[in-house]
Amino acid sequence: MDPSRGAAAQKESAGPAFDWAKLVLNGALPLAGVVAALAVAGIFLALLKTDPLTAYAALVRGSLGSTFGLTQTLVKATPLLLVGLGICIAFRANVINIGGEGQIIMGALAGTVVPLALPGLPGWLLIPAAMVAGFAAGAFWGFIPGILKARMRVNEILSTIMMNAIALQFMNFLLQGPLMDPENVKRGTFLAQSARLPQQAWLPRLVPQTLLHAGIIVAILLAIVVYIFLWRTTIGYEIRAVGLSPEASSYAGISVRFNVALSLTLAGGFAGLAGVIEVIGVQHRLMDGLTSGYGFTGIVAALLGGLHPLGLIPASVFFGGLLVGADKMQRAVQIPSALVTAILGMIVLFVSGAGIWARTWAAKRLAGGRKGAEAGR
Amino acid sequence: MKGVLSLDVLTGILNSMIALATPFLYAAIGETFAQTAGVVNLGVDGIMLLAGFGAFFVTLTTGNLWLGLLAAVAIGLAMGLVMSVVSVTLKAEQGVSGIGLYMFGLGMSSLLFKVLVGTVKTIRGFQPLSIPYLSSIPFIGPILFHNSVLVYGAFLLVPIAWVVLEKTGLGLKIKAVGQNPAAADSLGISVVRIRYLAVCLGAALAGVAGASLSISLLNLFQDNLTSGQGFIAVALVYFGGWSPLGVLAGSLLFSVVNSIQLWMQVLGVNLPASVAVMLPYILTILALMLSSNRARQPAALNKPFDRSEN
Repeated sequence: MDPSRGAAAQKESAGPAFDWAKLVLNGALPLAGVVAALAVAGIFLALLKTDPLTAYAALVRGSLGSTFGLTQTLVKATPLLLVGLGICIAFRANVINIGGEGQIIMGALAGTVVPLALPGLPGWLLIPAAMVAGFAAGAFWGFIPGILKARMRVNEILSTIMMNAIALQFMNFLLQGPLMDPENVKRGTFLAQSARLPQQAWLPRLVPQTLLHAGIIVAILLAIVVYIFLWRTTIGYEIRAVGLSPEASSYAGISVRFNVALSLTLAGGFAGLAGVIEVIGVQHRLMDGLTSGYGFTGIVAALLGGLHPLGLIPASVFFGGLLVGADKMQRAVQIPSALVTAILGMIVLFVSGAGIWARTWAAKRLAGGRKGAEAGR
Repeated sequence: MKGVLSLDVLTGILNSMIALATPFLYAAIGETFAQTAGVVNLGVDGIMLLAGFGAFFVTLTTGNLWLGLLAAVAIGLAMGLVMSVVSVTLKAEQGVSGIGLYMFGLGMSSLLFKVLVGTVKTIRGFQPLSIPYLSSIPFIGPILFHNSVLVYGAFLLVPIAWVVLEKTGLGLKIKAVGQNPAAADSLGISVVRIRYLAVCLGAALAGVAGASLSISLLNLFQDNLTSGQGFIAVALVYFGGWSPLGVLAGSLLFSVVNSIQLWMQVLGVNLPASVAVMLPYILTILALMLSSNRARQPAALNKPFDRSEN
């Protein structure tokens, strides 16, 4: 055990002291990463004989240029924020959850089955019931890799990726069999989608003639809850302590295994909730392609939000806008929206690469003020 | 179910097994080099996708399979260099940077495919070559000695990788920087240079793995062609205990399960396709459970090396 790391854990967890240098670093670095990724993607576009400015203009117009675009941005920000909250919790325990996609699917499945099975319930009961079921299903899908990591040290990155593939096939199986819309079967179309949910299970719409639903309010409230959970509760403190130094934590009597499993279970729960809300807020039925890569984009949003629940709110809105803009760009100027996946990948590379470097640099600058020549090297 | 275990079916299953093991072998042996040096490259799947597209596109436009293969190696090297800069020089969290590399490869291969090719097209890939005399041995001849050049290469790679890692100075250096980088550094071995070399070599082999799918096995490209095979390859390195022979055993196990799964669908065994497709992924998790707590894991795996900390 390295005693200095333990001391750092103590100091860090004393509370979120307001630190301007940290705020500037946390804000400037992601922005620089985004700009760099857009610039490199622009070079690729130019090589493909496409004007990057036309593409980016279409992207911005698509997300910000109309009321519908703006509300869609918030619609897409909702699952990103929820998935990202789970990723933040896991990351704080030094656990990387790549299983968002699978957890969203499991949550969506539960959030479809509950309203279909209990169509007689009133909305005030049915909506919370669906959400609880979805959270539980996602949490279960996170618990499996969580307990495997805690008990057998199974690499969670690999196991969560495998859980994604298993969940996807499970959904395909259900949508082509037991869950397939009976209307569909009667008409002989055999589309892979479930029956429409009873209307009282739908989340209320916030702006008429748009798809913006109450899910965004739930997500923002939960961001505040997660912030309080991580920084104002004992269990949140323990999760962060385990992430900073497992050795020091277990020395202090904190169970590393329990907190590792818990953080992945909670991460799965939030992703599961994203799945339910997508079903009862947007689609009103379970359909193929429901996750739209939110499980991965949520990771990028969490990283850019500084792995902080409140920083995640603007980051989710930004990436929601990027996704909406990309769809519009594909239709307006025929540039495939896959461009955005490549941009997201580059943002992760830039931000993760620059992160440690910038932190070391900042630490040296700060130490330089106090210690002088020794740290100035 | 009748006739499921006839000799023809058995030959078919073993034939597919050898072919399906090919991309796993290239990717997992490559990853073995990177991990032995202490770097987990989780971007293997992304490298396979972009290199697989590159090999396909170059072959489609030039008609030359070897140029296609060269393109795949070049793309693999370039992406390996990016991974090295981010993870070795800039000391990023390797799990995160690898996912970034994966997303870049996934998105870029899909973008390029849609812009440059558009629809699914097939090409004439590497054809099977019969090895004289050996291929006429009954039963095993056609299975083992009637394959494409990339299949032979994959199986030859196993002993080559073993010799390099166990019997050469380079192998010793790769192991040293993965076990105890500080000690290696004090002996004058450049940790950074050896890690760059191992990661780039692994990435180049991941490129060949992608090419083996797009210009030898399937002879086409489509979105997300690999469907996660690169991640399974990374898991195989853990399963194989960081040894080329272990990786060979794991690759064969996986490809035989895959091939049985495919043949069950061909033969119309009454099992939903989605359940059959699930099998390899479930098997991967089981394999990871079995291989947990391995003592052989390189001690400095996943840990960036910082000279000033030692």
